[in-house]
Amino acid sequence: MKPAPFDYVQVTSVAEALDALAADPDQSKLLAGGQSLVPMMNFRLARPAVLIDINRADELNGVARDGGRLRIGATTRHLQLQNLGGDDALSSLLRRAAVHIGHLPIRTVGTFGGSLAHCDAASEWCLVARLLDAEISTASRERGVRTIAAENFFQSLFTTAMLPDEMLTAVALPLLDDQHHAGFVEFARRAGDFAIVSAAVLVRTVDGVIRTARVCLGGVSSVPFRSSAAEAVLLGQPWSEDGCAARVSAAAADAAATEVAPTGDMHGSEDFRRDLVRALVPRALAQAADSTRNRMRSR
Amino acid sequence: MTENRTRTVRLQVNGERHEVNLEPRKSLADALREDCGLTGTHLGCEHGVCGTCTVLVDGKPVRGCLIFAVQAEGRSVRTVEGLTGDNNKLHPVQQAFTEHHGLQCGFCTPGFVVLAASYLEENPRPTEDELREVLSSNLCRCTGYQNILDAVMSAAKVMDGDQATIATPANEPSGTSTTG
Repeated sequence: MKPAPFDYVQVTSVAEALDALAADPDQSKLLAGGQSLVPMMNFRLARPAVLIDINRADELNGVARDGGRLRIGATTRHLQLQNLGGDDALSSLLRRAAVHIGHLPIRTVGTFGGSLAHCDAASEWCLVARLLDAEISTASRERGVRTIAAENFFQSLFTTAMLPDEMLTAVALPLLDDQHHAGFVEFARRAGDFAIVSAAVLVRTVDGVIRTARVCLGGVSSVPFRSSAAEAVLLGQPWSEDGCAARVSAAAADAAATEVAPTGDMHGSEDFRRDLVRALVPRALAQAADSTRNRMRSR
Repeated sequence: MTENRTRTVRLQVNGERHEVNLEPRKSLADALREDCGLTGTHLGCEHGVCGTCTVLVDGKPVRGCLIFAVQAEGRSVRTVEGLTGDNNKLHPVQQAFTEHHGLQCGFCTPGFVVLAASYLEENPRPTEDELREVLSSNLCRCTGYQNILDAVMSAAKVMDGDQATIATPANEPSGTSTTG
């Protein structure tokens, strides 16, 4: 047995989970999919005294439309999002991000909420949450329910705005109408590896002109990085069926590559990461245009 | 450690019930091998990278080293031992591995076989690209990947042409349940 001993508590509701968590918040960890937590426990990098298993709290699992938003329960599995039907820009963005997460046997178990709470710098879902200004709901016995904007939620490496007695319960993402075009791409050396750099884009166009632009990058800082320089380049530019002009996406990519301040490590130097940003931003924009074109053709 | 943390856990493995005493920190893969006597499931890296310990929980492939045995209580677990039918006939994926030299040292084989069998049972007509993506989940340090792919592609054809050869224990639902 690799992990240190712990007390195991299985709960079947959020209320039970909050009670269990309130008993000893600093020494307890919530167990969702466990696809990041359990490896850390196997290495004894994490040694929680109490493990609170929330996998049987059914109210935490599932995806539902709620007004203009998509509400994703904390223990919704990556595979559920990969298999999400619908041809709208949000569903296809979620599918395109999900396929990059680990491998099939990881995606059957790993959860959306767990990913955000874990806050890995390479996480696909953290990048998507930042791109779409996700609203993250948490609950605790002492603090009640809080809704935290993605911008404030991700604070640093493996560090979120959640306090030890809080649990993530659900995440709301805005539904995207046909004015929106979204793309998600990443580079890893092997399928299923952590991305070295990832790029997600979202543009809203009106009458063939980009009116809103979002460019978010993973792997270039401790939390998802929003490139306002790249967004400024895109704003006001024409958008056709083929997306934006090659020189525009190249300029946006240059702006992003200049703006980021990545740290080099064994997986990629600072320069290599900048080069990846330069390569991936145009690919994400091209994919956004592709998704829209395919959607229109299939209707 | 003086405290006794063991508890009784009832596992349903390949249609058979096992009542075992174990600590909550014991992985499902370890429990299968040490407490249920099912040593067909192997362990490699024990941190979710290699896929050698792949087993099915409620019909879905999981890393047996990243789920605790206590979590599997009340779920249906299927291992490589559960792929063969009552008549001891090899599962089409196992048969294909022998025919296409899909194993060398054999250590990673149970994980690959379980993964491929579960995928083909849910996706009877996969493309080669899909299978490459699925099989990228597991590592073979003999690096016999091409033969593994050939074996699984061949098994797919056999299974698609003859669904009756798929052995599924009668009292086990095949891959219909939710991810737990």
